[in-house]
Amino acid sequence: MALQELTYRDALRKALADAMTENPDVVIIGEEVGRYGGAYAVTKDLIKEFGGERVIDTPISEPAIVGAAVGAALAGLRPVAELMYVDFIGMTMDQLANQAAKIRYMFGGQIGVPMVLRTQGGTGRSAGAQHSQSLEAYVMHTPGLRLAMPATVADAYHLLRQALTKPDPVVFIEHKALYTLKETVDLDAPVPDWGKVAIRRQGRDLVIVTYSRQVHYAMEAAKKLAAQGIEATVIDLRTLNPLDFDTIRAEVEKTGRAMVVSEGVMTAGVAAELSARISEECFDFLEDPVIRVAGEDIPISVSTVLETGSVPGPQLIVDTALKLLTGRVAA
Amino acid sequence: MNQPQAVHRADAASNTDLPQLYRMMRRIRTFEERVGELFVRGQSAGSMLHLSIGEESAAAGVCAAMREGDTFTTHHRGHGIFLARGADPNRMMAEIGGKEAGYCHGKGGSMHIADMGLGHLGANAIVGGGIPAVVGAGLAARHKKSGAISAAFFGDGATGQGILYESMNMAALWQLPCLFVCINNQYGMGTRIDQATANPRLHERAQAFGLAAETVDGLDVEAVAEAGRRLVDGVRAGKPAFLVVDCYRFYGHARKDKSPYRDPVEEEQGRNKDPVAFARNALISRKLAEESALDALDAEVAAEMDATIDFTVAQHEPPLSSMFRDVYAPTEPEPEPVRSRIDRILARA
Repeated sequence: MALQELTYRDALRKALADAMTENPDVVIIGEEVGRYGGAYAVTKDLIKEFGGERVIDTPISEPAIVGAAVGAALAGLRPVAELMYVDFIGMTMDQLANQAAKIRYMFGGQIGVPMVLRTQGGTGRSAGAQHSQSLEAYVMHTPGLRLAMPATVADAYHLLRQALTKPDPVVFIEHKALYTLKETVDLDAPVPDWGKVAIRRQGRDLVIVTYSRQVHYAMEAAKKLAAQGIEATVIDLRTLNPLDFDTIRAEVEKTGRAMVVSEGVMTAGVAAELSARISEECFDFLEDPVIRVAGEDIPISVSTVLETGSVPGPQLIVDTALKLLTGRVAA
Repeated sequence: MNQPQAVHRADAASNTDLPQLYRMMRRIRTFEERVGELFVRGQSAGSMLHLSIGEESAAAGVCAAMREGDTFTTHHRGHGIFLARGADPNRMMAEIGGKEAGYCHGKGGSMHIADMGLGHLGANAIVGGGIPAVVGAGLAARHKKSGAISAAFFGDGATGQGILYESMNMAALWQLPCLFVCINNQYGMGTRIDQATANPRLHERAQAFGLAAETVDGLDVEAVAEAGRRLVDGVRAGKPAFLVVDCYRFYGHARKDKSPYRDPVEEEQGRNKDPVAFARNALISRKLAEESALDALDAEVAAEMDATIDFTVAQHEPPLSSMFRDVYAPTEPEPEPVRSRIDRILARA
């Protein structure tokens, strides 16, 4: 209905505010979420609107923040815990992986843990090795946890709203470099269902499967490739668990070529998993190896040169696509 | 969300009279003895069984002060606490045996038993892992103005975990209706408390966070019940508390552990600190019960707990097809089994 100009940050904040207005059991719990307004200002002023009993500032105690959210969910609340940086997830892994993820199963289906863990990751702010990682593979490797990673402003809103209706724990990883992304959106316009990919661009030559900020890089790369006569399909995963593999398979079978792009490190990462699945399931249709474009297997540096060099960008995606489509014949 | 509301069975301990406390302690002791038998008979699915023999007063005494709607979490040595909150011993034993009829349909076992109906938010196999949940349950109780409290039961071993201090700090900061119960059985697996800390006066740690805190001698269940009632009353009024119940772990860490690391003299002295025998003697000496009546009660409890073994042995295992159930909510698709996936991929036209 109404078009509006929103940032990714605005959309997230609006999703939280709308969910809190609709459901009095939604509470936010985390470091600096209240008076400070969130380290990345996502929860700015929510405390004024909803009060300190629903926007709860905590001590710097990540394990207990997640653990308290687990208990609150078991006792009937709909908590949104905020982990300031995904890099701190290791601190919380017992509560997340041993408790939240397994409670429904261990207890024989008696109860679920309907909580959302909001956090953010990725490079782009020269934040160094302990504040720049892409650790989604840790989450994807844990059965019981859902995982959403929005790339667009509309998805920042809708995926967060949807996450807050899900019966199982959702880890919601934002990208720190996207908070200022501004788009003109109609939040009433239909979006794909939770658990379905969005095909951001349709092409005949190869499929680029990606998510989060790399969607934008893939789109930029696809534009450059188009100028050279190569048409790429760009798939935005939106949720990594559930994973809409049926659509990925169908698209890859159309073109016979697939590239997986992830900011996380290459080895044993999300790109590795996707690549293995495509290779297994689309084997008879593939013209070329499924190629991974992923983060280097190194820590992230503060130096912007080293930081930028550590992760995929549009040029690496373009170069890889060109080699995939033309280079192999010549070699 | 249809999160079940915690309700409490009528036959749970709610009476702090010594005869009632004795009966509950006897039930716990006998249940634990039968757990040991189930293991010896090869009928226990769990290889890790942690008995609370010697610690019965903590469960019976503290739980007597709790009421319907209260929630709690326990550690890995939590059978007694669950019984004291009204658990059905048959369903407990069946769960320990890994049977479909158990509280968690055989998926949880001794260390992951739970029952939302009785407010049991879960036993935990991670030391300290269940503690922060009571902070969240305390927040929920405050938010919903339910008047419920939430209690975390854990051992002295958990005092080495940071999560305990994070949780106590939050409970104190926000004045949540949370009770922290440290059952100090003197051993974290094979390490005695004085080998694990320079200050074994554990309640002092809670005082440092601003919690009401005390230590009570677990030999005397009436003293435990009295301390429990006093602290629970405060907790319900929004004054979080910490209670250490001093006792002795009669047997090894787990069933197969013969505790060779303990001095036999120390063990003998420790086992003399028997809250069940102490209560029995008190009942007789204070003429609250005839010895013959207590014998009859013990026999009745023995029959009740014998039946748990018969019940468990007669139950069936969960079907293999239940394996993929409850990873996610029932409205969601189940994960694809590895074998089906392989067959699907390798199917050739």
